[in-house]
Amino acid sequence: MKFRWHRRHWSEIIVKLLMYCSVGLVFASLAVILWTIVSKGLPALTWEMVSQTPKGGFYLGKEGGILNAILGSLYLAGGATLIAFVFSLPLALFLETYLGQSRWANWVRLSLDVLWGIPSIVYGAFGFILMLSLGMRASLLGGILTLALLELPIMVRAMDEVIRRMPYDLEQAALALGSTKWEVASRVVLRQMLSGIVTAILLAFGRGIGDAASVLFTAGYTDSIPTSLMRPAASLPLAVFFQLGTPFPQVQQRAYAAALILTVIVLVVSLGSRFLAAQVGKFSVK
Amino acid sequence: MGDFSPTLTQRQAQERTARRVVFVLSALPLVLIIYITAALFTRFWPLLEQYSLWDLLIGTQWYPMQGKFGFLPFITGTLWVTAVGVFLAVPPCLLTAFYLSEYARPLTRVLLKPVLDVLAALPSVIYGVWGVLAVVPFVGNQLRPVFSQYLGWIPLFSSHQPTGYSILAGGIVLAVMIAPFLIAVTYEVLMTAPQDWRLGSLGLGATRWQTIRYVLFRQSLPGILAGVVLGTSRALGETMAVLMVVGNVPQMPRSIFDAAYPLPALIANNYGEMMSVPLYDAALLGAAVLLLVIVLAFNVASTLVLQRVLARR
Repeated sequence: MKFRWHRRHWSEIIVKLLMYCSVGLVFASLAVILWTIVSKGLPALTWEMVSQTPKGGFYLGKEGGILNAILGSLYLAGGATLIAFVFSLPLALFLETYLGQSRWANWVRLSLDVLWGIPSIVYGAFGFILMLSLGMRASLLGGILTLALLELPIMVRAMDEVIRRMPYDLEQAALALGSTKWEVASRVVLRQMLSGIVTAILLAFGRGIGDAASVLFTAGYTDSIPTSLMRPAASLPLAVFFQLGTPFPQVQQRAYAAALILTVIVLVVSLGSRFLAAQVGKFSVK
Repeated sequence: MGDFSPTLTQRQAQERTARRVVFVLSALPLVLIIYITAALFTRFWPLLEQYSLWDLLIGTQWYPMQGKFGFLPFITGTLWVTAVGVFLAVPPCLLTAFYLSEYARPLTRVLLKPVLDVLAALPSVIYGVWGVLAVVPFVGNQLRPVFSQYLGWIPLFSSHQPTGYSILAGGIVLAVMIAPFLIAVTYEVLMTAPQDWRLGSLGLGATRWQTIRYVLFRQSLPGILAGVVLGTSRALGETMAVLMVVGNVPQMPRSIFDAAYPLPALIANNYGEMMSVPLYDAALLGAAVLLLVIVLAFNVASTLVLQRVLARR
């Protein structure tokens, strides 16, 4: 039988072309973004940038670096990740074992999803009024607490994903041997989800270190390296934002360099989490 | 060795304690949502005592020093930027998701996954820098002249200002930002479609595209729509990237080449001076409440649909 071209064959080809274009567009947008950041940031990046704090006249283009922002960001995101982890590990671990698919569990999942969708600027505003009512000023602690709120749902969700993919038999077998649910959760599920924990921590850390809107109100900004929880702390995203906003080209150059540093940190965290998760995941039962 | 292992009574006690802790902890997310909403609303209240909510929502004048707080320019700004972003993002994202689930070889999926992960992981301030360096000049120097020359008679495309800091620039940046999210959700939804649907349709002689269009798309429409709504709610609250490229002029935008001033940008730009002007803080936190309420509504609706759809697996 002779093949005859029909309209549906043409539309198949056209749609396929459109799909290739769309996929290409996704690749291209990442390439363009990375290229913009690297090509602008690399010439501006010097050793002085990462090893010194801002000196006098820094924001007019004089010497200094952004060590304050790099360290501030690491403190903020590190502290927030730690606090979020303390709350989210038990929450994720027991959500499945104790609550399972019950009505309440679905409520909890829904509220986690909703929390996950609340814009970071709203968290920032909330953190700000919370600090006002407690009589606190913009400080490292305030920033850490606000970021922790932001990271909590991200972390729980990431962990929950892994737990749900766990073989059902494993849990049932442990229960059949007479273990309590607590024992199942702490001895079986916890070991199974090690890779999920690693992914969740790094994912949340990456989110936290890049978020500007929530630390804008709560952590403030300072030129010195934070020495106390009650003092303000600088952060990389805000360093980029403030320096880009100045009219001086030399200062804008530094914003590009700061953006490059931030991008590199986020990329390392993001790609590192895949690698680590694969390494740790070797030891779990598939 | 047996001496050290806990007795049954001890284990049961442990179990009861764990159970209690879990129930307390599991209430945390819901309590947080209620607390955040209530706390912001309490701060908004002083403004509501002086002005009616309706007047605030439809007022177009924003002069905090004179006590004029009209939110309409900011609400419209938010909606415009989000609409442009979602409009630009949806077609290529759906096509990419269809491609990934129906056509792509495993290798392509493996390659595309880290790309989407990185796009999703990039901080919004980085998108903002990219926007300022690449998108704003592109919109201002390339798109704007072309559009105003050939399509300027359409009000939507006319240009009233010479720069690229515009709704369109904000929309383009937003579109790229929500893309990984849209693709991931749509892909998830498509993955829940039973293989039999595909086989049945292909077996009847339909092409792959016909299968997608008449079977998969129709059956997955609720899930896909919910994903788009969820992506929209992400876009609504995006602050830094949009703030950096959208121009921040409190006006009623008429064309996509106009500057706008979305709600998140309003909050972020003015928090510093809000304690010095009477009722200013109430107005800004009111902006946060408005944003939160819009996002919550979008979120709850789409999450409920998605949970149901994804549970099909």
